[in-house]
Amino acid sequence: MTIITALLALGGLTLLLALMLILANKKLYVYEDPRIDVVESMLPHANCGACGYPGCRPFAEALVKGDMSPAKCTVNSEDGRQAIAAYLGVDAGAEEKRVARLACAGGFNVAINRAKYAGISSCRGEALISGGGKGCSWGCLGHGDCEKVCDFDAITMNAFGIPVVDEAKCTACGDCVEVCPKDLFSIHPVSHRLWVACKSLEAGDAVLEDCEVGCTACGKCAMDAPNLISMVQNLPLIDYSKNHQTKTPIQRCPTGAIVWLESDGNVTKGPESKKIIRKGRLRVGES
Amino acid sequence: MWINGSREGKNSTEAVLTFASNTFKHGVHPPENKDETNKLPIRQFPFAPVIILPMTQHIGKPAVPVVREGQEVARGQLVAKADGYMSVPMHAPVSGTVRKITNVPLIGGLVSTGIFIEPFPFSGQEVLEGEPISLHASPEKILQGIQDAGIVGLGGAAFPTHVKLKIPEGKNCEYLIINGIECEPYLTTDHRVMLEQSDDIFIGIRYLLKATSAKKVLIGIEANKQDAADLLSSKTPIDLPIQVKVVPVKYPQGAEKMLITALTGFEVPSGGLPIDVGAVVVNVATTAEIGRLLPHGRGIQERVVTITGPGIKKKGNNLIPIGTPLRYVLEQVGAVENISEVYMGGPMMGVSASNLDISITKGTSGIVVFGDDNLKKIDKIYPCIKCGACVDACPISLNPSRLGILAKNEAYDLMAEQYHLLDCFECGSCSYVCPSNIPLVQYFRLAKGIVRKRKAAKPTVHA
Repeated sequence: MTIITALLALGGLTLLLALMLILANKKLYVYEDPRIDVVESMLPHANCGACGYPGCRPFAEALVKGDMSPAKCTVNSEDGRQAIAAYLGVDAGAEEKRVARLACAGGFNVAINRAKYAGISSCRGEALISGGGKGCSWGCLGHGDCEKVCDFDAITMNAFGIPVVDEAKCTACGDCVEVCPKDLFSIHPVSHRLWVACKSLEAGDAVLEDCEVGCTACGKCAMDAPNLISMVQNLPLIDYSKNHQTKTPIQRCPTGAIVWLESDGNVTKGPESKKIIRKGRLRVGES
Repeated sequence: MWINGSREGKNSTEAVLTFASNTFKHGVHPPENKDETNKLPIRQFPFAPVIILPMTQHIGKPAVPVVREGQEVARGQLVAKADGYMSVPMHAPVSGTVRKITNVPLIGGLVSTGIFIEPFPFSGQEVLEGEPISLHASPEKILQGIQDAGIVGLGGAAFPTHVKLKIPEGKNCEYLIINGIECEPYLTTDHRVMLEQSDDIFIGIRYLLKATSAKKVLIGIEANKQDAADLLSSKTPIDLPIQVKVVPVKYPQGAEKMLITALTGFEVPSGGLPIDVGAVVVNVATTAEIGRLLPHGRGIQERVVTITGPGIKKKGNNLIPIGTPLRYVLEQVGAVENISEVYMGGPMMGVSASNLDISITKGTSGIVVFGDDNLKKIDKIYPCIKCGACVDACPISLNPSRLGILAKNEAYDLMAEQYHLLDCFECGSCSYVCPSNIPLVQYFRLAKGIVRKRKAAKPTVHA
């Protein structure tokens, strides 16, 4: 008898609570487009933020809403984009691939180090101690914080301690831009092949004392392409809104600070630029 | 005790000079190494062949040059004006010709506009004076005078003094604390200033009292500078409510918040300012500078710098014109051949210079040089053994051990939200005591920079 009472009491309670849950489910139901889940599953799940949204889920919501086009996800493959476009019945859109570009070429074979740094092996750590030991105040410190932060293995440090971006792997997520204490990275469309690989605001011999490949602000590139390039703060400023598919500006550069980035990853310097054959470390007073 | 500016009895002044029972909790005792320079009087330093005056010598906006290339300036003349409230002007430290105005490197690693002044041959010590600020001027006028004189905190932080002295609406300044602690090892700048410029200090205190309308003045001095404490208390003018307090030697007692705790027993709340407990702290050298400059309407042209360390042949306390290149200073005092490290400021909180082409600025309280043979090189960093030495050392009772582990795992937001990272003022006590050689304070400095950068960057969602 006691068992039956208990069963009835608990069974009744269960039914009552179940009823409440059913009612709540009906009453408080929030409609969510089922396509969001599907689109999210088709995204690469990198959660890199390159699209401008905090992660893949908010981007999927924006896609379903129609605020974004599938091509804005630069991490996704072309097939993946087409698949999303076909599923949603929209145009995939055309988005030029963007990559991170480094505005420094001063590896330890061409740029001097005034002081030796001993401490946490991190560019950000070194930059805190009076800007780091590098002679050039703007130059790459070469500890590879960008290499460590890159989720796509797109950045590798070359033999001279300068990061090299693999255009094929780079998704333009911007993590390296954020991590670099010298602000040397910036995100550019991949068609921007004409590139100034220097950020030094110094001019003339003051640059050459610290680095053999720095921009001395001689202004030859600006003279050769007056419409395209202007000299701002001792650096050539390329106006990418003009036609910049020309190698004219690099021809007379004496140091090779303005370069042409080939699509295969090689860097073409002008014929008049100083040839660098040194493989070892550059000592103070040697350049 | 002081009532209406008169002494209650002679006994009470003697009681004042006893050890304060209160000091702050924790802290460390690094070797002081002050004996070599604390007996040496302040010497005038010669003018360098070229004076390089950076426009960023203080916290806040850089000053704006008002001279042009080729112009001749007199010592004490205004060469750059303040850019707004959070900025101070610059004055020529020497009579000479402005050779060029161009980018110069700073100790922080950045560059800033700098004025190159070539002194006239046989340039003298005469100073161009401006409009004097009298002691009877209004508090606003005194604050303006302090800004016009280009005075910043000479203890090392170089924070504009007039901003610090401005009491916010609704707050009351009870204590004016004069910081003569100088807890950094090696440095004897403030010690010599207290011994040699005591009259200026008391004039400075009169100006500061007028500006802050504080009720009490506490001069905090560490026990290793007993002679300075004796001198100041014997010279105290009878009409000033000054109390000289001698506190035990401990690092980092010279930090603003620690000093307030040591002298008044109040603890400045997390994220708060000294004025939240009714105190304003001014460095003793800054006070002396105010007392010397304001009655003549002058600008600051030189400061006392202790040059010491095992790598220096002619150690001493020097009155160096601001803008003197560091390289010239080291040549004059005879640094060893194989310089290993040059600290601008003391060895605990100073910055190790990576470039000898910087100049002496208003915030340079000392130059400590080590040769290659004088330094014990740390070869290996061992894992944290959770001994708790850093927890015992941290003057603001943080948990550096835990913070260090989080920093290694890059959990910077967690450090800021739950472990009060931003209260850390980077005194370095934790790194000093760590038996595993973990660079804790370096991690925290890095983490603080990253957290500040993240806070500044607004969350962006764009189309």
